[in-house]
Amino acid sequence: MSEMSKIVRTISSISFPLIIIYGLYIISHGHLTPGGGFQGGAVVASGCAMILVAYGSIWTIGKMKEKNLSLLESIGAICFILLAIFGLGFGAVFFNNFLVGSDFLFGTIPSAGSTIANINTGGVIPLMNFAVGIKVIAGLFAIVLVMAHASSTREGKK
Amino acid sequence: MIFNIPFIAVTALVLIGLYTVIFRRNLIKMVIGITIIQSGVNLFLITLGYRENSVAPIFTSLPPGTIVPEGMSFPVPQALTLTSIVIGVAVLALMLSLIIHIYRHYGTLDSKEIGGNEE
Amino acid sequence: MNIIDFLLQHSPALIVAIPLLGAFLTPLISRINNKARNIFVILILGLTTSIVFLLANDVFAGNIHTYVFGSQDLALPIVRILFEVDAMSAFMAIIGSILALVAVIYSWAFIKENTGLDKFYTLILLTTAGMFGMVLTGDMFNLFVFLEITSIASCALIAFWTNKGKSVEAGFKYIVISSIGALFLLFAIALLYGQYNALNIATLANAIQFSFLDKIALVLLIAAFAMKAGIVPMHMWLPDAYSKAPASVTIVLVGATQASLYGVFRVCFTLYGNTINLSPASIGWIIVLLGLITMLLGVAMALIQSDFKRLIAFSAVAEIGFMFLGIGAGLTVLGNAEMMAAIGIPAMSGGVFHIMNDALDIGLLFLVAGAIYYATRETSLDKLGGLARNMKYTTVFFIIGLFAVSGIPPMNGFASKLLIYESTFQLNPILSIVAILSSIMLLAVFVKVFHSVFLGPSLPKFKEVKEVPKSMLIAMGIIASIIIVFGLFPELIINNIVEPAVSALVNYGDYIREVIPTFTGGI
Repeated sequence: MSEMSKIVRTISSISFPLIIIYGLYIISHGHLTPGGGFQGGAVVASGCAMILVAYGSIWTIGKMKEKNLSLLESIGAICFILLAIFGLGFGAVFFNNFLVGSDFLFGTIPSAGSTIANINTGGVIPLMNFAVGIKVIAGLFAIVLVMAHASSTREGKK
Repeated sequence: MIFNIPFIAVTALVLIGLYTVIFRRNLIKMVIGITIIQSGVNLFLITLGYRENSVAPIFTSLPPGTIVPEGMSFPVPQALTLTSIVIGVAVLALMLSLIIHIYRHYGTLDSKEIGGNEE
Repeated sequence: MNIIDFLLQHSPALIVAIPLLGAFLTPLISRINNKARNIFVILILGLTTSIVFLLANDVFAGNIHTYVFGSQDLALPIVRILFEVDAMSAFMAIIGSILALVAVIYSWAFIKENTGLDKFYTLILLTTAGMFGMVLTGDMFNLFVFLEITSIASCALIAFWTNKGKSVEAGFKYIVISSIGALFLLFAIALLYGQYNALNIATLANAIQFSFLDKIALVLLIAAFAMKAGIVPMHMWLPDAYSKAPASVTIVLVGATQASLYGVFRVCFTLYGNTINLSPASIGWIIVLLGLITMLLGVAMALIQSDFKRLIAFSAVAEIGFMFLGIGAGLTVLGNAEMMAAIGIPAMSGGVFHIMNDALDIGLLFLVAGAIYYATRETSLDKLGGLARNMKYTTVFFIIGLFAVSGIPPMNGFASKLLIYESTFQLNPILSIVAILSSIMLLAVFVKVFHSVFLGPSLPKFKEVKEVPKSMLIAMGIIASIIIVFGLFPELIINNIVEPAVSALVNYGDYIREVIPTFTGGI
């Protein structure tokens, strides 16, 4: 995939940070509003895909190696499983929400009934959202990147 | 009758998808057929969780006067649908990357012509 | 708390979690070097296998284990994700763990020269985790998710040799069939969920009414699992996938296929167990018929193949028919105590025992085929010949596999097939005649293979062929020794492992009562 015109590149450079912030917002508010790790990760990854389309796969692969992306993906998955195993260690069972009520990270218990959203709640759920988010961003971007690269090498051969 | 329309749509989507997978020879069209079946099944799951005049099942900042939980639509089918969509993305990516490889080897996407010209 | 008790209590979760964690740690470990990665993968699977045996030991003693995720008190198991392990689940988990462990030992040398091996091992571990999840879970939707994990990972493994067009094509066929099957499964789950508002297998089994929608759901469920298991009308992906994948992948695939068979049995006996004896004959006879067709077609197709691995793949199809015949014969008499004791229990023991025997026999034959491919780079029967002089150990392993798969007395295949013949003869003589006929034809097929590959004059182009590396011989040796032990002491295995698994299927009430104590049926 070769790079596109200057107008496209400029516009996508401007909108890229906005898309990333929106995606990260969806990931971090996954336990309060619609969304979560996968949805936010998909938004961020589509932002990255936009950059890929605008600047071409050769430029993008120079900036971001596929190998590093798969490393990041593994780290996200490992964080998720480790959080589940911590539940086994700190509490009773696998996937136990050991942070709830601990007054530590995300440990607040909200008052009963429908209240205003408080981000400092949810225990391990936001942390798992982050882990899934990392995995989805890395995984989806790696898929798009590898596919674009594969098609561009094909064009090069012709 | 009006409440049966989603189920008719589900049946139609699944049948169209199956038709596409079975009778189309282009591999990309087969993949599209599978995604159509998947949309049909997802629509079915979502329809199961619908309640008349219900709000979205988000507990924070509910509109005043909502009856909990009867006034909210049912969240479990939505979670199931989401999982199924995530899996669908993975399957779709895998199928498309296989198609890229197939195209490299055979230079065609016609399922009848694939497999003849090797060895 | 004692560490063994701790492991035992949490074993259902750990059996799935350890391979998953290992799968994602593998790319990090492989940055050190390749040897460390191979040892790490073998250690992870060894640990998992030992936990499986620990759990199975306890389950075969008569305790059904349930494991509720994410809650400290075990209240409300119905609305949470639940793992439920009875003897049948443990039986399947043993098969899966043995196959996966053998596969990674075999891969050490077999796949050494390929690139992208860290992904290969990641996918092997993911397939294994999905397989364990499928057999241990007590929740329909979880079953769907693990089925998809298994099929995505194993599809990528089938297409691992991407430089061969045929492998990629086989992988594509497999993913199309298995994703359609999985969507059928999801549709059936949605049908059940819409009626009974539950996803838990035990809760559904308690509430199920066998209404019109339930019948549709049953058809969809059996079709979905039969697609994944390679029953005849839907078998066309199986020979391609088995024969084009690397041999160490094929043996994991055999395990994944049998996890789908487990799905059929779980659905028929447990989920619909309480209602299926309203119409026992029809469902059971349909399964028996499918088994017969599968058997005959598999053998008939195996007779005309000229490719070594493809031939074994078709005989694997035939072997699946035997299992369906045994279990289906049991299902026809479910709910009738006298017939059950006379026909059902022996037939089902034969069927269940044959699941394990098939995994070992077919697995060993595929490993031998892989060894021959490794040594000669050739799988066509017409071009091979006289290899017995060069590859002595492999020849011995092939003879063991040949006797086992065709049911010759000293091997394990005989023990299970004899049970199936005897019991189905009482049900209907034609069934056992067809079964014996296909078994004899299998023997004919493999004698032909033995003759054309190992005997005959030594060909000049295979002068330099050497015995395969040690890791492959060790892997084949493990399976061959298990086959011989099973063949010499079949009673030991049937009494200690197979009987509990069969009674877990027949007495489905125990499975349901573990979650819903008020359930009264199924005694």
